[in-house]
Amino acid sequence: MVDGIIIGAGVVGCALAERLGRYNGEWLVLEAGEDVASGASKANSGIVHAGFDAAPGSRKAYYNVRGARMYAAEAARLGVPYRRNGAYVVAFDSEETRVLEELLRQGKQNGVEDLRLLTGDEARAKEKGLSVEIVACLDVPQSAVVSPYEMTLGYAYHAAQCGVRFIFGQQVTGIDGDPEGGFTVRTSGGSWRARTVINCAGCASDKVRAMMSGEPIRIIPRRGEYYLFDMAAGCPVERTIFQAPGKMGKGVLVTPTVHGNLLIGPSAEEIPDAEDTRTTAEGLAFVREKAFKTCQALPMNRVITTFAGVRAHEQKGDFLVGPVPGAAPGAFEAAGIESPGLSSAPAIAEDLAEQIAAYLQCVQKDRVPEPVPLLKPFSEMDSAQRQAAWEKNPAYGNLVCRCEQVTEAEILDAIHRPVGARSLDGVKRRTRASMGRCQGGFCTPRILELLCRETGMDPLEVTKCGGESRVLTGAISPEQGEGSTYAE
Amino acid sequence: MLNEKHLQVVIVGAGPAGLSAAIAARESGAERLLVLEREEQPGGILQQCIHNGFGLHRFSQELTGPEYAWRDIETCREMGIDIQTGTTVLSVSRDRKVTAISRKRGLEVFQADAVILAMGCRERPRGALATPGTRCAGIYSAGTAQKYINLMGYMPGRRVVILGSGDIGLIMARRMTLQGAKVLACVEIMPYSSGLNRNIVQCLNDYNIPLLLEHTVTDIRGRERLEGVTVAKVDQNRQPVPGTERNFDCDTLLLSVGLIPENELARDCGVPLCGATGGAFVDERLQTEVPGIFACGNVLHVHDLVDYVSEESRLAGQAAAEWAMGRAPKTEKVMQVQDGFGVRGTVPQRIALRADGETENVHLMFRTSNVFRDCALVLTADGAEVLRQKKRILTPGEMVKLTLSPQLMEKIGTARTLTVAVDVQG
Repeated sequence: MVDGIIIGAGVVGCALAERLGRYNGEWLVLEAGEDVASGASKANSGIVHAGFDAAPGSRKAYYNVRGARMYAAEAARLGVPYRRNGAYVVAFDSEETRVLEELLRQGKQNGVEDLRLLTGDEARAKEKGLSVEIVACLDVPQSAVVSPYEMTLGYAYHAAQCGVRFIFGQQVTGIDGDPEGGFTVRTSGGSWRARTVINCAGCASDKVRAMMSGEPIRIIPRRGEYYLFDMAAGCPVERTIFQAPGKMGKGVLVTPTVHGNLLIGPSAEEIPDAEDTRTTAEGLAFVREKAFKTCQALPMNRVITTFAGVRAHEQKGDFLVGPVPGAAPGAFEAAGIESPGLSSAPAIAEDLAEQIAAYLQCVQKDRVPEPVPLLKPFSEMDSAQRQAAWEKNPAYGNLVCRCEQVTEAEILDAIHRPVGARSLDGVKRRTRASMGRCQGGFCTPRILELLCRETGMDPLEVTKCGGESRVLTGAISPEQGEGSTYAE
Repeated sequence: MLNEKHLQVVIVGAGPAGLSAAIAARESGAERLLVLEREEQPGGILQQCIHNGFGLHRFSQELTGPEYAWRDIETCREMGIDIQTGTTVLSVSRDRKVTAISRKRGLEVFQADAVILAMGCRERPRGALATPGTRCAGIYSAGTAQKYINLMGYMPGRRVVILGSGDIGLIMARRMTLQGAKVLACVEIMPYSSGLNRNIVQCLNDYNIPLLLEHTVTDIRGRERLEGVTVAKVDQNRQPVPGTERNFDCDTLLLSVGLIPENELARDCGVPLCGATGGAFVDERLQTEVPGIFACGNVLHVHDLVDYVSEESRLAGQAAAEWAMGRAPKTEKVMQVQDGFGVRGTVPQRIALRADGETENVHLMFRTSNVFRDCALVLTADGAEVLRQKKRILTPGEMVKLTLSPQLMEKIGTARTLTVAVDVQG
């Protein structure tokens, strides 16, 4: 019997795991996907929102503002890149200007600092790329960018260091309250007993809730589509540029990512199937049209990829954080976590961990290991650092991904560290290898070979992102066809 | 600080371009010469091109890619040319410092008198097309699939649709068929293929693989592994025509949608690049606008045949060696070369006229922007026609070469602008 099972290894589940890992106890994370950040946490805007647009008094407002204040320190502690680049919310007419005034009032009420209104000209003086049609702008200096999957990984790495176990490929199929207290969690791969169960299942959080409680919630998945641009194309804005929000969320933004790529999106479409992360002609056209309204200088010929993420919108519209209503004692949840979920994750995790620890009466460990620093990317090293890195580890001399300048040393680290990569996408998210302009055309076969060499996997077992997403379908036997005519 | 090694000529890349450039540079007298190659063996992409058809022009023989590469590698070995493999060049500076890293030697800095950029090209990825759909496994650029099959011995799929009809895609249609896969169609958005006619005949027609011109992939399905694609006809603006969609159940989509010169090193070094070719602006000796830095092969402009890559690269090798040894001819005036109607990406973009009045053959290479039949290529100097060549057919898939003889160059004299154009009247 473990003390707690966290269902879901997205940013909230991993942040919670990292908090609980500081307490004495046995903690387990069960994840349906093959890696952390397999759902909403791998594909969103990557914004740490300041917290001006959630309704005052809502849990979204509370956790967003509190989480955003924690972020710089959290990211620094975990060694994850984070940049407070500020945001503008722009208005194109007097009606939208009134929306900005309302956001200013609401933001102040939520406790967001440094908000102020600017004229269109004042905004353009700071952000040269903005459209001449912008008439007013809300300046949000506290807004920041972070990589959502790197944040999730950062939490997961430290959680693992603190002794939290992660098991992947575990779709939860049932949760039973045990007569003597505690729960049995059944999955596609086994069953585990736990004193507490915490539902951090993102888009599946309604299904997991229904396994524990007669009081249902309903997640309406919302898909958002994005364009990502080549880093070499630069970014026409420094800040994150929002448009005045509508009822489907914050609208299409134009932003640099924390790594400096231009990102535009998302669209917002309610869809029946939370795993349907396809992009559509309509969704992408919508993103282009809206983004062009903000900024005309979008280098559409430098797009490197399009993608979609799905947000777990709960029909009542607010986060659900705490003990699960209508469930046996020991059932907790962080459900309906959509935007600003990334921003809120540190605060949600802090609260939930305290509640769970209080319930279990467990105490903090005397010593918690410092997070093992992430490797400094080769691409960010100067010549002296590169030479020094190679002297320690010659694998730094082998550049595997040339677009993003990722070396073999970094890929081996991604595979071998706790919660290591086991798929091509896993390597990509940990190292940026194959994330550049050639999108892995050159380095994918090399990464596949390294995965096989280091883990003993057969090449036919290697997947893009787990499950049946195998890269290769068969080996060529020497007897067959032309296969015998070449030397390699 | 790292020691800097001084060399006359440093060549970035040991594919066909780099090898030919190295041989010519040595023949021209450059003794201190180094070729840097990131792969573990020289030869570049030829090593995975195990089909034949290479060398018809240069050797009057049909060689496979590795055989073609082997000839130049052998020549380099016989000449004692130093090819350092497993070494990735990280930067080239305007004053020709080349910084590279390798597993064996760590970081190295070479100060070169002349640098030849011969990095080749890469394939345009799916993301650049922004095709709607899922991002499942089973979508590969054709060259990546070629590597899996020919170098690693694994099949990347069983039922295949190919998007784009570039040469690698065509070659892979045949290769996958021979290896037991079913290739359902090759889908090309343009009204013509960008590949060589002989590849369409030998790789598609011979295997009854349909070539769907003016079609594109409009949707990609499959959650984990690819399950199918939707193909639709496109209108004159290349937009899908509603109602023409058809589905193909397939587990693999190969992309052969264009090649992009791999010019990150050139860009970082401030070498001006030409929008039409994606390569550097060069003069007739293949010198970029940064003195002492030369470019040749597919990093300069994407070629159709390796034979022409080798030929062009010999010129770069010779010119770089002469530059390094202070024997480059003095020039005084520069003539601009322009693309006229129907012509795209003429190389070189400028011709430097020698101060001593000597002229050599100048080769203009370009592609046409459409298929033209019974037409003429016309060269004008400041508007006056100086050369006209009748052509039965010109297609974008085949590179056109126009040689300007010393006599013609004399006739052109001191014109400021040369324009190459297609005259559809013939």
